[in-house]
Amino acid sequence: MPVVKVLTDGIGELNLCDIGVYRSRGGYEQWKHAVTAMRPADVVELVSKSGLRGRGGAGFPTGRKWSFLPNNGRPRYMVCNCDEAEPGTFKDRMLLEETPHQVLEGILIGSYAIGSRHAFMYIRGEFKRGYEIFMQAVAGARAAGFIGEKLFGTGYSLEVTVHRGAGAYICGEETALLNSLEGKRGEPRLKPPFPAIKGLYGEPTVVNNVETLATLPHLLKNGAEWFSSVGPPKSPGFKIVSVSGHVKRAGNFEVPLGTTLRELLELAGGPRDGRKIVAIQPGGGSSACLFEEHLDLAYDFETMAANGTMLGSGAVVFFDDTTDFVKAAHALVRFYAHESCGQCTPCREGGYWLEVTLERLLHGGGLDSDIEMLVKVAHQMTGINLCPLGDSIEPFLASVVKRFEPQFRAYVKPSVAVSA
Amino acid sequence: MTNGKVADVTFVLNGQPITAQAGETILQAADRSGVTIPRLCYKAGYRPDGNCRVCMVEVEGERVLAPSCCRRPAEGMKVNSTSERAKKSQAMVTELLLGDMPGQTKSPYRRESELDRWATWLGVTKARYPQRHQPAPDMSHPAMSVNLDACIQCGRCVRACREEQVNDVIGYAWRGEESKIVFDLDDPMGASSCVACGECVQACPTGALMQANDVGLVAPDKRVESACPYCGVGCLLTYNVKDNKILSVDGRDGPSNHSRLCVKGRFGFDYVHNPERLTKPMIRKAGVPKTTAILDPEKMWDTFREATWEEALDLATTKLLAIREQHGPKALAGFGSAKGSNEEAYLFQKLVRTGFKTNNVDHCTRLCHASSVAALLEDIGSGAVSNQVSDVALADVAIVIGSNPTINHPVAATFMKNAAKNGTKIILIDPRRSDLSRHATYFLQFHGDTDVALLNGIMNVIVTEDLVDEAFIRDRTENYEALKKLVLEYPPEKVAPITGIDAQTIREVARLYATAKAAIIFWGMGISQHIHGTDNARCLISLALMTGQIGRPGTGLHPLRGQNNVQGASDVGLIPMLYPDYRRVDNPDVRREFEALWNTELDPKPGLTVTEIMSAAHDGIIRGMYIMGENPAMSDPNAEHAREGMAKLEHLVVQEIFFTETAGFADVILPATAFPEKTGTFTNTDRRVQLGRQAIDAPGDARQDLWIIGEIARRMGLDWKYAGPADVFEEIRRATPSMGGITWERLQTESSCTYPLEHEGDPGEPIIFIDNFPRPGGRGLFMPAEYTHADEMPDTEYPFIFTTGRQLEHWHTGAMTRRASVLDALEPDPVMSVHPDDLAKLGIEPGGAIEVESRRGKITAYARADRGMQCGTLFMPFVYNEAAANLLTNDAVDPFGKIPEFKFCAVKAGKGGKVAAAVL
Ligand SMILES: Cc1cc2nc3c(=O)[nH]c(=O)nc-3n(C[C@H](O)[C@H](O)[C@H](O)COP(=O)(O)O)c2cc1C
Ligand code: SF4
Ligand code: SF4
Ligand code: FES
Repeated sequence: MPVVKVLTDGIGELNLCDIGVYRSRGGYEQWKHAVTAMRPADVVELVSKSGLRGRGGAGFPTGRKWSFLPNNGRPRYMVCNCDEAEPGTFKDRMLLEETPHQVLEGILIGSYAIGSRHAFMYIRGEFKRGYEIFMQAVAGARAAGFIGEKLFGTGYSLEVTVHRGAGAYICGEETALLNSLEGKRGEPRLKPPFPAIKGLYGEPTVVNNVETLATLPHLLKNGAEWFSSVGPPKSPGFKIVSVSGHVKRAGNFEVPLGTTLRELLELAGGPRDGRKIVAIQPGGGSSACLFEEHLDLAYDFETMAANGTMLGSGAVVFFDDTTDFVKAAHALVRFYAHESCGQCTPCREGGYWLEVTLERLLHGGGLDSDIEMLVKVAHQMTGINLCPLGDSIEPFLASVVKRFEPQFRAYVKPSVAVSA
Repeated sequence: MTNGKVADVTFVLNGQPITAQAGETILQAADRSGVTIPRLCYKAGYRPDGNCRVCMVEVEGERVLAPSCCRRPAEGMKVNSTSERAKKSQAMVTELLLGDMPGQTKSPYRRESELDRWATWLGVTKARYPQRHQPAPDMSHPAMSVNLDACIQCGRCVRACREEQVNDVIGYAWRGEESKIVFDLDDPMGASSCVACGECVQACPTGALMQANDVGLVAPDKRVESACPYCGVGCLLTYNVKDNKILSVDGRDGPSNHSRLCVKGRFGFDYVHNPERLTKPMIRKAGVPKTTAILDPEKMWDTFREATWEEALDLATTKLLAIREQHGPKALAGFGSAKGSNEEAYLFQKLVRTGFKTNNVDHCTRLCHASSVAALLEDIGSGAVSNQVSDVALADVAIVIGSNPTINHPVAATFMKNAAKNGTKIILIDPRRSDLSRHATYFLQFHGDTDVALLNGIMNVIVTEDLVDEAFIRDRTENYEALKKLVLEYPPEKVAPITGIDAQTIREVARLYATAKAAIIFWGMGISQHIHGTDNARCLISLALMTGQIGRPGTGLHPLRGQNNVQGASDVGLIPMLYPDYRRVDNPDVRREFEALWNTELDPKPGLTVTEIMSAAHDGIIRGMYIMGENPAMSDPNAEHAREGMAKLEHLVVQEIFFTETAGFADVILPATAFPEKTGTFTNTDRRVQLGRQAIDAPGDARQDLWIIGEIARRMGLDWKYAGPADVFEEIRRATPSMGGITWERLQTESSCTYPLEHEGDPGEPIIFIDNFPRPGGRGLFMPAEYTHADEMPDTEYPFIFTTGRQLEHWHTGAMTRRASVLDALEPDPVMSVHPDDLAKLGIEPGGAIEVESRRGKITAYARADRGMQCGTLFMPFVYNEAAANLLTNDAVDPFGKIPEFKFCAVKAGKGGKVAAAVL
């Protein structure tokens, strides 16, 4: 079994929420080391060298993202994205609740690297318990002298502000998150300008995922090569994968990238007895489905993209042969229609239209022509939205209609089909 | 790409190379090149938001389409707006939106819906998609209807409300298909904090937000480009007219308003069609005595009888002439109007000076900025603003003192709010917390009447901390040592208890203003309407001079003018001591010049001011008067005294559009024209001379004001030959050299010219005092001012301070606005603003009656709880004749400007009985 223990080390065994326990295992040593012995540029270089790619969904190289910040003398902000609400994703929540100091240490190191003196932690509104745990962690770190003025006797000061969201998936999108942090309506901003140029309060900003940042202490401790030598060259390192769906033991599994989908399935206890997996959604709700013939593909950014889908946030959902893909498609479309912020026409109107059309199909009122229209509208509304949410419906819908078209056709009542 | 300058870009659009000018988007460049790209959420002049996705274009090499309204082209970029994919996207989005319209078809709420236009253009005729939810219509607002079933969520109204006008009422609520335009917290529009500027209506592409009463469905038969008749901001607008009736008003892209308007300009136009308009000349019936009672317009025929123009004009003139024969010219006086055009004001003062043969001619400038003008003329040699309102965008710091611009200069305020959002730090100084405080970096709620102490305190800090601009003081000013000596006696610690502002804040504000790269000062009547109004203004001038904050962009002194033409009326000599262009009547050289121009002998003595004329009437010295478009029975302080004065007049000629409170005192009433019924020039607070064009004909036998003045002149034996306003304007150019270069033709094409503009073809000077001040020697003068009290301080018997002003929905004495249906519906009753703690102490519920009494009069109004008030101070607009605020005010005047102390007198207050009915 390819499981590794890096970010997940100690989870389930130790009370890592206790700052004493965390420190006894070397916690905050890397933070101290960064501030006292490294220049920010050294940290950036190390992270660039490691090849670490963002764990929030887009897989953008973290070091590169940091390097976009302009040297304009303005304040800079580090924002940690803990709004985790992508369907099937539950890794950030685990990190938040089980090992908050590791997350915090990552935020601190990232802030130092980009020269930020104020970091923000944006926590999904529903994560009340995680929020409380994290607040305690911040208080503990502050008391221990890890947050605040003139840290470790240097001239460097850093503040951390924790903010709770109010229950909108779209606020995980980085610019919507920034709006929400500023107290505005949580809707995405037009890009460009990107946050690196004009982010929080109009200043250069980096938004990074929880897992991305939590990786930093390990990178500092073990070096870039330790990380880059694991997994395929363009998708190096370890990844926590949230596995769910029709498996025996859903959960988070930390594995080297490049582990196969079949291995992930096995880690999760395999399919339910007597069932077989017919489809896999490998990268969260907005990824296109793979099918049983793809089970031996390596799970990494490149391989997934090469097969017309994506690794996304690392949420793998397995579907077995009992699945009604019309219902599955409806559930997912309804999610996106409901979570659309409502500012752009295609996402707001098109998403709603797809939802009601699928609903009508499910309830026996569908037309034969609806199935073509579903695919056509989903396709046409893609690529013309302001943010990726509006483009998130097509991949899954189109892939399952194509593969399981008879299931869709079966919902069309013959009488209706004739009259249409 | 250096210095913030962006170079032009050449790119390829639909196969053709085109050039985008610096900073232009693809859509803007396409528009300029004649390539049509559909668009809905885009509105020229607004920040592009990129939400509708109708304007999508394909960019070669990019995976997704780009919104052309937001995307700036890069050099050599290949863009296609007509590719299969682009067209399909544009059409699909349009179809989705059309599917949501009522009946899935054309908007039922306005002609020329932009959605309809683009649907037709794209060939989208029907929608295959079902309708979303249909919010219920909201008809709660008297001026606007809300039919969100036609809303396409383009957010133009949100930007209109939040980014243009910065009223922050409209929001976008909920999400997904439940997304909805809301007012405040999803309140009915009429119950929300909406100030009815109507910017959202003007912005809405589909008519989902529209003028009430289906106005959007009626096709006007003409659209007339004109100006707003209300305040000194000078917004330009367009009248939509059908069958000689104004249907609606649109904001026009004028230099002072950028298509914005306020509730009065946009919705306050139907006073012109009010059935109470005067349409026939009237003569007082023989033997009906004059009392100080306000006459009911409905019963005016008890007192007056109808007359022909011949008879009325003959009577008006013969009696004036008879008084002149018997008692001499000093027994006559005239009040012109800051509501009239420059041409009317000019001819009016010319009539009084050359026909009545006296300088007893004045207008309401006396009641508004006379003290400011006195100080400005004295210290920097010119009474006009140094910089225009728009300069606030260039200022790092703006002091707004004694001014409530969101109420009194609403459109100017929008530019201040825009600036604040862009980083200009506003220092608001006012005894009353007004809406602008939300946008202010500092708000100093000081004790009323202590302006001089506060300003001296600020100057003390600037002197003691050495923040003065020494070079400026050395090269461009005089008398600095005297100022320095005086302000050294006002350290912040001494000023703090007087003003109620702590010393630290005084220091911070002083530093902020003095060290700003550019800082401007705006002020209003809170500065001028005190017996120390001139001193207040002197302090502001000194502040600007000692810090060199004048003569550059984003700096200077801007007394916000009240009336739409108070600047112009003053410029053309509607002032007892000044001829046109502020030249003194007691200067013999100047007098000879005007004697030559007007071909007659002139009175060498300055005339009496508004308040002096009223007192002289009281004393029987003034016996005959001609009042054109002013309402002293309501607007003068200690109104009972003014009314007594008018009742004593042997002969009063009133030229009016309504039977005003003042008209009731007349012997002859001449029915005149309202603003949209005539053409003329009006000069706004920014020194912009702007053209108002006639849109409709006057009702009945009402006549052009210029004609009426001319007929009286003719009967006085004056040989005038003016065919119309253009002829009068020609003479104004000669009498007023600073406007000498403005031609009538240029006004026709440009609608607006800034003076000084001395020679034809000059661009005009938006900023003055760049190199020197128009005083002998060219230097600015420091005039130190000692802190003094108001004339009447509160005491145990009269413990409250009473202060007056205006109100957003009404204009001055309400003659027009109380007869404008929307404005009257919004604010129908007399209201007194009171701090809730005071209300509690007085045992009055909000909305209950409050009786307020001064040594001069007593009124009862409805109490309105207002946390912006200081405890112990009451505020009331002077609009309401059933509770006329000016019955209470003190007629003590400033010794220099002769302006009355409207902003401060002592009153007592208690639970009131019944509020009287309006006499309308
Ligand atoms: C609709 C939407 C929802 C998203 N939700 C999340 C989220 O919950 N957590 C997250 O880290 N990134 C989320 N993202 C991605 C972020 O926009 C951003 O790319 C990410 O936080 C960057 O972090 P990384 O570079 O460390 O991956 C979301 C993106 C979209 C379009
Ligand atoms: S695509 Fe959807 S969620 Fe994204 S900005 Fe547009 S409406 Fe909002
Ligand atoms: S009300 Fe009009 S302007 Fe406002 S979002 Fe709807 S369609 Fe646009
Ligand atoms: S006009 Fe460009 S997105 Fe609406």
